[in-house]
Amino acid sequence: MKRDIFQAIADPTRRAIIVLIAGHAMTPNALADHFEVSRQAISKHIQILNECGLLDQEKAGREIHYQLKLEKMQEIDMWLEQFRKLWETRYSQLDSLLATLKEEKSHEA
Amino acid sequence: MKPDLRFDFLVDKEKNAVTIHREFNAGRQPVWDCHTKSELLDRWFAPKPFTTETKSMEFREGGHWHFAMIDPEGKKYWSLQEYRSISPIDSYSAYDGFSDETGAPNMDMPRSTWDATFTDAPSGRTMVTTIVVYGSLADLETVLQMGMQEGLTSTLERLDELLATFG
Repeated sequence: MKRDIFQAIADPTRRAIIVLIAGHAMTPNALADHFEVSRQAISKHIQILNECGLLDQEKAGREIHYQLKLEKMQEIDMWLEQFRKLWETRYSQLDSLLATLKEEKSHEA
Repeated sequence: MKPDLRFDFLVDKEKNAVTIHREFNAGRQPVWDCHTKSELLDRWFAPKPFTTETKSMEFREGGHWHFAMIDPEGKKYWSLQEYRSISPIDSYSAYDGFSDETGAPNMDMPRSTWDATFTDAPSGRTMVTTIVVYGSLADLETVLQMGMQEGLTSTLERLDELLATFG
């Protein structure tokens, strides 16, 4: 199954994990200490985040430390930037129309 | 766009909502008319190089706006807005989504709700606040992806590269 970053942030627990590992690398156990849910549930969330390509892993002995790939998070902002541009274009067209209507009205008067 | 007209674009990723504040250099009535009369909507709604063409519109609660955005080759992309509530000249809300040529909504594609509010701003201006809420962020992404496929704006083209990185 193909996953993407929007699936990663669709879940509140995963968003909380993202915030925690944005600062520094953490092991699954250290992460699980921050949540009420089971370690198994946290492992599942980590797996999804990994499939979304959001995680860097680093092995230290037996432990795996996970860290956030910040550049992937920036892709979300790039998507939204396109949406913003659409509204900007649309509204600058409305500016022109309103100016035209104003002019037409002043000619009628 | 005039540089001094306010434009805010806010995203609430937890609520899957996008809020757009935009000031217009005109009174509330003409700004309202431009949002609620099809002959005026046809003159601004689709971003260039697209054009808007209304097939039918009934601006009343339970009514609809059925329209197409037409690309330079003449291909039509049908949409349907169904009006939920209207309070002239203060606010209206609608369901927004894709449809077919007959106006039957496409339930397989993401739908959103729109809440548009019109208020007086200083110097005879009007502030329009539009809140667009999707069912999920994945829905929002699908819509953006479609925008790219349809070439809604030329700036979307650079997303080709980005999509390739998704693998």
